[in-house]
Amino acid sequence: MTLLLDVTLCAFVLGIALAAVAGHGVFRAVVFFIVYGLLLSVAWVRLDAVNVALAEAAIGGGLTGVLLLTTYGKLARDGAEAGAMGGGFNLPVGLICAGLSGALVWAWFALPLPDAPGPQTAEALPRAGAGNPVTAVLLNFRAWDTLLESVVLLTALIGVWILGRDEDWHARLGLPQHSRPGGVMAGFGRVLPPVGFLVGVYLVYVGADHPGGAFQGGTVLAAVGLVAALAGQIRPPRISDWQWRAALVVGPLVFITSGLAGAMFFGGFLTLPADIAAGAIFAIEAALAVSIAVTLALLVIGPPQAGHRA
Amino acid sequence: MPIPDHATLATYATYAFTGVGLFFFIAGTVGILRFPDVFSRLHALTKADNLGLGFITLGVAFQADTWRDIAVLALIWALALVAAGTVSQLIARDALAERDGR
Amino acid sequence: MTDPTLYAVTGAALVGIGFYGLLSARHLLRRVIAFNVIGSGLFVFFGAAGARGETVDPVPQALIITGIVVALSASALAVGLIAAQARARARATLPDEDRGGDA
Repeated sequence: MTLLLDVTLCAFVLGIALAAVAGHGVFRAVVFFIVYGLLLSVAWVRLDAVNVALAEAAIGGGLTGVLLLTTYGKLARDGAEAGAMGGGFNLPVGLICAGLSGALVWAWFALPLPDAPGPQTAEALPRAGAGNPVTAVLLNFRAWDTLLESVVLLTALIGVWILGRDEDWHARLGLPQHSRPGGVMAGFGRVLPPVGFLVGVYLVYVGADHPGGAFQGGTVLAAVGLVAALAGQIRPPRISDWQWRAALVVGPLVFITSGLAGAMFFGGFLTLPADIAAGAIFAIEAALAVSIAVTLALLVIGPPQAGHRA
Repeated sequence: MPIPDHATLATYATYAFTGVGLFFFIAGTVGILRFPDVFSRLHALTKADNLGLGFITLGVAFQADTWRDIAVLALIWALALVAAGTVSQLIARDALAERDGR
Repeated sequence: MTDPTLYAVTGAALVGIGFYGLLSARHLLRRVIAFNVIGSGLFVFFGAAGARGETVDPVPQALIITGIVVALSASALAVGLIAAQARARARATLPDEDRGGDA
């Protein structure tokens, strides 16, 4: 019975990916891509990876979809919308890509089967300071990757800011938003943020022992901020606002500080001894969630644009 | 015939409610595909799909272990309802403005 | 727990589909979508590899979460570049591939 579910799910995922990549019309492709992200998160649950499912639904489907939709709107505004569909199925490219997929499938069957997941991981997990093994790996065993990832987010944000026009550098970020006072969007922007804030903070907090974590919770918080900004409840900041810049860097800074403390007192950069690991992980996650939320929201909002009411 | 025990009753309830929810989802999808214009499609989307979600949530709630799980399921349904209602209002308003030529 | 081979094959097929989209699309947004499909296909392949033993391996899952976030950053930067190009040239395709219309 579950095989039928898996086969149906995979068939849908492939069909929708095809529609997203080769369908008519760019807007339709973007919508199909969002559906693809959501279906993929169900596939992640089937693969016993609930943390990844949360991240894929929030970041892969949700935030990337919003990014593509807002860009489509900007393209339409600048007169660069899609025209007619051109060219049929490109056979040589299709064959090459089929060969690539075939090579990957062959590699799968040629891979040796692993023994129990990394015996070192299994025996080190109880000392890691987090009950959720993925959080333990993310923030303790492979903390170096997570630190670099938070810096990559920041770098991407700076890149997006640079892409605004020179004369707009001191303006507020993103396109000005407004909503009809007393309308549905304004009401939504008042009702959702408290609940969403609670859900986001809970996801960060519960990520220590259950599926969740800084990235998933941070994305929910970013979405809450975006809804509030779309409803005109909060105005996006300027690049020069120091409070927002502080929120952007607090995550990486706390992470680097903890790493340096590990180097000075515990024998290695980013080393966490077992007795303080839980508290340290919680502190790092809290700071990281703040930074991730602000960075992701500002990534979607975009470069500074003229036209705000000041 | 003896009354079946709680677990089987719960399973039957789950099947029944999920089946009803599935029916509503199918009806909503047929509506989206076959209705002529944006506004009637929005009707199918919002009403049928949200009702279907509600029945599926109800069906799944019979398999929950604690009251906390049921409360979380109810919260999910409420949030989905709020989001769907808002979005359909905004789409309808935009479609109306476009139809009346702004 | 399900047999992850089906998902590995799906992931491989997704990589193929994504590469086809990347190579044959002219509209730049389609290329960003294809790039994301490639990335998520690879993640599914990797995640299926991690699900192969008796207990599921948390290290691939952590790396995949990192990958999802980095893919988002790259998409955001790409999308910013596309918007800047559209502002400058009113076109969503690259200059030497411009034939008036998208693919």
